Formats: sequence, structure tokens, C-alpha cells
Amino acid sequence: MKLLLTGNEAIARGAWEAGVKFASAYPGTPSTEILENVATYKEIIAEWAPNEKVALEAAAGAAIGGVRSLCAMKHVGVNVATDPLFTLAYIGVNAGAVLVTADEPGMHSSQNEQDNRNYARHAKVCLFEPSDSQEAKDMLKEAYAVSEAYDMPVLFRMTTRVCHSKSIVECSDREEVTDKAYVKDIQKYCPLPAFARNMQVKLADNFKRLEAYSNTSPFNYIEDNASDIGVIGSGVAYRYAKEVFGKTVSYLKIGFSYPLPMEKIAAFAKGKKTLYIFEENDPIMETEIKAAGIACIGKEILPTMGELTPDRVRKALLNEETAVIQANPEMVLPRPPALCAGCPHRGVFYELGRRKDLMIFSDIGCYSLGLMPPYNATDAMICMGASISAGHGVQKAFDIKGDHSQKVVSIIGDSTFFHSGITSLMNVTYNNSNTLTIILDNRITGMTGHQENPGSGYDLMGQPAAIIDIEAMVKACGVKNLISIDPNNLQMVAEAIEWGLNVEGPAVIITRWPCVLKKFSAQDKEEFPTAFKQVCSVDVNKCIGCKKCLKSGCPALAFDRVNKKSGILSEPCVGCGVCAQICPKQAIEVEVRS
Amino acid sequence: MMETKNIVLVGVGGQGTILAAKLLTSGLMAAGFDVKMSEIHGMSQRGGSVSSLVRYGDDVQSPVIEIGSADIVVAFEKMEGLRSLEYLKPSGKMIVNDTEIFPLSVIIGANTYPDNILAEINSKVNLRVMAATKMAEELGNPKVMNVILLGSIIKSMGLTDIDWEAIIAENVKPQFKDLNIKALQAGMNAV
Repeated sequence: MKLLLTGNEAIARGAWEAGVKFASAYPGTPSTEILENVATYKEIIAEWAPNEKVALEAAAGAAIGGVRSLCAMKHVGVNVATDPLFTLAYIGVNAGAVLVTADEPGMHSSQNEQDNRNYARHAKVCLFEPSDSQEAKDMLKEAYAVSEAYDMPVLFRMTTRVCHSKSIVECSDREEVTDKAYVKDIQKYCPLPAFARNMQVKLADNFKRLEAYSNTSPFNYIEDNASDIGVIGSGVAYRYAKEVFGKTVSYLKIGFSYPLPMEKIAAFAKGKKTLYIFEENDPIMETEIKAAGIACIGKEILPTMGELTPDRVRKALLNEETAVIQANPEMVLPRPPALCAGCPHRGVFYELGRRKDLMIFSDIGCYSLGLMPPYNATDAMICMGASISAGHGVQKAFDIKGDHSQKVVSIIGDSTFFHSGITSLMNVTYNNSNTLTIILDNRITGMTGHQENPGSGYDLMGQPAAIIDIEAMVKACGVKNLISIDPNNLQMVAEAIEWGLNVEGPAVIITRWPCVLKKFSAQDKEEFPTAFKQVCSVDVNKCIGCKKCLKSGCPALAFDRVNKKSGILSEPCVGCGVCAQICPKQAIEVEVRS
Repeated sequence: MMETKNIVLVGVGGQGTILAAKLLTSGLMAAGFDVKMSEIHGMSQRGGSVSSLVRYGDDVQSPVIEIGSADIVVAFEKMEGLRSLEYLKPSGKMIVNDTEIFPLSVIIGANTYPDNILAEINSKVNLRVMAATKMAEELGNPKVMNVILLGSIIKSMGLTDIDWEAIIAENVKPQFKDLNIKALQAGMNAV
């Protein structure tokens, strides 16, 4: 059966065909749809974990327990999961375990462009790199065979283009794999120093055997076009090379890229006048091939930053530039993402942006957009959970310097708080930081496309789940100053911020209002009966055209330049009423939508 | 061997470019072509620019379309058409839906939405303006604007022989099937 699948759908299909029975992940672009699709197969238990470390540990445990398991995350998520990864490489698996890393050349939705193929070498795990959906599915099945044959977790590198591109996939049936028995074996599963030293030796030995596998793997193959120019390529970079060169050069396609098939590479290089290395981001294969004394060209001419793309290849190698029709650049306005009409973060950023006495440390989520105009609120961001802990450090520095001109506010969402904000908040109370933390609880993991989380009441498979109470969690972390507010009430928001900045010791504000795009649960309907059932309109007789409402940054607003009056588009407006509270002339009315 | 054809669909998050591209690629696959499609989304639900790049032929390698190589660019919104001009090859065709969606910089008054976008595009390439949003409203549902534009792609690329009614039936809810088929035909007839 042939299906048109994205790379992420193909991985889910591959997991199903490979007899996987357990999968765990934390959402993150471009990996999110992997687990969402896995969850559609009833034979696999699919879970959202609170963070990537927990996800990998759960998947590792399932493999040790005897069933094939899958774990998926975005590239920066692997940073969170490295602690279990490095030691799991020593321990090995029992049933097969695969960790999918979804890297982001081009940084379409990420804060950095790290090349996670480096982790294969650093953690000492083997590595597959598919170049399209068919390979994603086929290689994943092979990865389970390799994981079990060599008793190690396998790293599987996807990139945004492979994750989010569709291509035709020949599918097959599910293979029912016999579960492995779990047998107590402390020399295998307990990495105490004495045992870990033996594990290290076994791992090194396994890698020797894997070198032989790599040289014979069906995913490392030569396409001989009788040319004295050779291209060694991995991932989608190989597709781009074929797009540009077609059959004018010979290829060595690398699908199993760590350890590299050095014998095959040496044989391919023999007699080639020129050898190019095609890989996205870091010169990893190139460095090893050069170290083996094989002359080749790679990052001297190809970019180390951004996506490779065929036009960059064409320019670098053939010095060809395609004729391009350019629009008048002055006319092309950027269209960055914006907080949606009715977004519950709007009121908070409107009020924060009005103050000039704050240093705002933000986190990873839709609320990262608080740095944009018209709010211009946010000062800094690092990674998941850093708002609270890095904010703590900034406040300490201000205190040490005796700088009282500004105070630190940390902003974090519900899912990010569960991910890694809780330990940061413990640090704030334990080390008595005078910061204000605002937890924006919109009842869902928003930015990645509405995934359930430990606070939302449902699990990944749609079943009702235990709800972690953020308020109780904050109190349990030792916070004495805590209030919960409605973020659409601007006066309440402003007063809460003022209160939080002036109380002694750490303070926490929880805002609780659902994401406007969320599919309401029964509990949401009960708790927020009026949410998104209203609509705002402008009384043009009262509007004086002062444009103050536009400071809310709501995409439902439209200013009529001819008549100099504000207007509101009724289709996107959900009647949150933030603009109505900003209007100095009470010209905006909020009504129940008819 | 057939040369790979390149179709670019661009718009603003929420306009239905992704569904249009899904229908298009499903039809192309059913017709026996090798197909690849690439999308950039993630933050797009937040009202950002979205694009779907569709390629088909005998053997398609790259999932992305190079600048200067699209046979047709279909813009669901005027500014997105202007932004995507660089995808089009000199002999290519551009279809723009006569609709404006203001970016936030325009809403907050920092920028003005230019009033001469269609003239700018028309001065540089072969442009066809479609009132697809208005046509969709006339059909009774503004959301089928995307399928109207899909119809214009099908006609322009000579793909009318594919059984699009079957593709629509497979991919949309039964109660919307007839409406979408009508929309598709309206789009085909308009170019």
C-alpha cells in the first residue's frame, strides 16, 4: 500500500510496523507530530512526558522491561535528555530503543541550530539519517534490529525538511515482535564504577562490530554513474545534490552515519578526481574522512549555517545563479507571528510593557512573542525553564550591585512550568530571591499546536488524566506570596504586578484563562462559561481616533485611516475585552455573540 | 523523462493553504506521479506567513522549490504574493487572490499596507487576479476560497483529467463534499 506521508507520519508508521509498544515524548517543533501520529495506532501506548529527560527515561525503562520503545524530541530537547542518554549507551537496552532527534537547520521555530549528530559521537550511540519519508520508515525498522543486535539505544536524526515534507511511502504490515524477558542483571543495569568500566569495554567492542555493519548496511550504498566526481551525502543534503547534479556524478549515500563506513568510503574515493561531502550544518563526516587521509571538499565552499537548499548548492559548486524576479523590497512588509485575537497573554504583556522598571526574563512558548511591538516587554530568554532560574541570577546581580532601578519578572507558561520551571522555582524560594514569577496557565501546550499536558486533564491518547494543580505545586515549593487572577482584567493584572513587586520575598502570580484555539474539555466549559462567546464593536460616535486600543496588539483591530476611527473585525474577535478596557472614551462595547 | 513541475501555494496561517496542498498532492499521487511537498509551519497558527511547496514528475529529489523555478505561484493573500515573487521563473504564472490581511505592524499603525501590490506584481510577471474570497462567499461559505484557488491551479497546470471529485470525497467531510466540488469547478472556470 502506498501512502503520501510526512517524515513524522512515516516514523509513526515505521514504529507501528516495527512492533513498537511504548512511546514517549515532549512536544517540540518539528518533532511534535511523531507522537501525535503514534497515538493513532492502538497497539502502541503513547505518552506525553513533562520533559524530554523524563520521556527518554520512560522509553529506556520500557526497553529494559522488554518491549520496543520510541522516544522523540526536538534538537534542543536532546540537551535535556543527555543525562540518561550518555549512561543508557553504557547500559544498553533489552528490547530495542530509538531516540528521534528532530534538528532544525534554518531555525524555523527554534532558538539555536545545534547539529545533534555530534551527540552520537559524544554519547557513543550509533546514528541513522533518513533523507525522505520512505527512508524514515524503513530505517526506523532497521534501527530496532540494530538496537537489539548491538544492545544499544539508536539515535535517529531527522531535520525539519524531512519531518515536514511529504513523499510517497510503500507501507507494510505490523510485525509482531516477541517481547523480551526481563532478567535481573546488576552488572548490566547498574552502572556502579566497577560495572561501568566493563560496560565501557563492551561498548567499544560493539562499536568495532558496528563498523563492519556500517560497511555492509543496505542504507550505505553507491550509485555509480561512471564519473570521476564523487558526492558523499547524508540526509536531505543528498537529495539536494541529486537535484543539482542528477546523473553527472557518482554518489555514496550515507544513511547509517555513525560509525561511518570508512572502507566503503575509501573504495568510493579511489580514482575520483574530486570528492564532495554533502551534509547539513557541521562538517562531521568531512572531518572524519579528512582525518582518514582522504582528500575531499566540504565546508570550504558549502555553508555551515542555515539550510543547504539546492540554490545554495548550485551557487557554491557550479557558480550558477538563477534569474530571480524581485519585488520592490520597500513594499514587502514582514509578517511575523503574533498573539492571536483573544490570547490570554495579551493583558499581561500590555501591562508589563507599560512599566519601565522591570527586567523581564521570558521562556519558550507563545509568550516569547511578548518581546515584539507593541508590547516590547521582554528583555531575555535562554531555554525551557530558564525564565525563573536565570531571572533569579539577574536579580541576585542587581542586589549585589545595589541596583534598585529595576526588578526582575520571570514569565513562564503552564507546560514549560511542568517541564522545568518547578525546579527553578524551588531555587528561587530556597535561595530567597526577591523576584516576581508570572505563570501563564492557558490550560494547554499552545505553541506546538495544542498538546495535552499534566495540567490539562487529558493524556495523549485522549483519556481523562490526573491534573497537577499549579497553585498547590507553587505553595509546595515554599512560595508564601501567591495569587491567581483573570488575565483579561487589566486592572487586576496591573494591581497584581504592583503587589508582587512590593511584597517581601518571592511572589508568584498565576493567570488562568484558556488558549483561544483550545478545544474545550468538560472542565473548561464549567470553569470558563463565558469564554470566547462575546464580541467587541466600536461606537464610531464615541471613538476619537486616538489609537490607544491598537497598543493591545490585537489582530482583530483595524484602523480606518480615512475616517480616523478604530474598527474591530467580528470574525476573529472573541470578546476578551482587553481593547475595551484600554479605550479612554468607553467607545468599545462587549456584547454576547448572537 | 518528464521535467519536475513546481507549484508554490502561499498565504497567511488559517487560510487553508495546507488543505489545498493536501488535496493537490493526493490527486497527483493518484495520477501516478512521484510527488514531494514541503511545508514550513510551527508558529504559523499565530498569523504568520505559510507556504506549501509542491513538486511532481517522474522522479522528484528535493522537497523544496528553488527560487526562480516555480511554474506557478498561487497567493491566497496579496502581500504574500509579493513576498513570493522570487519563487517564480520568468515564464511562470502568478495567481493572486484579491484579499488583504494586515500584518500586525499595519494594525498598530507602524506601517501602511501598500495599495499598489497588484500593479507591482503585474509589472513584473504574468498575473491573474482572482476574487476567490468573494466567489467563496457567493457559494455560501468563505472557507472554500482555498478550493477555488486549487481549481485555478488544476486548470492552469493542465491537470483537469485527474478525478478530483474522488479526491475531495476522500478528504473532506461528506456534508461539505458538494460545496467543495462546486468551488473547485468555479476555480477551474475562472482561469
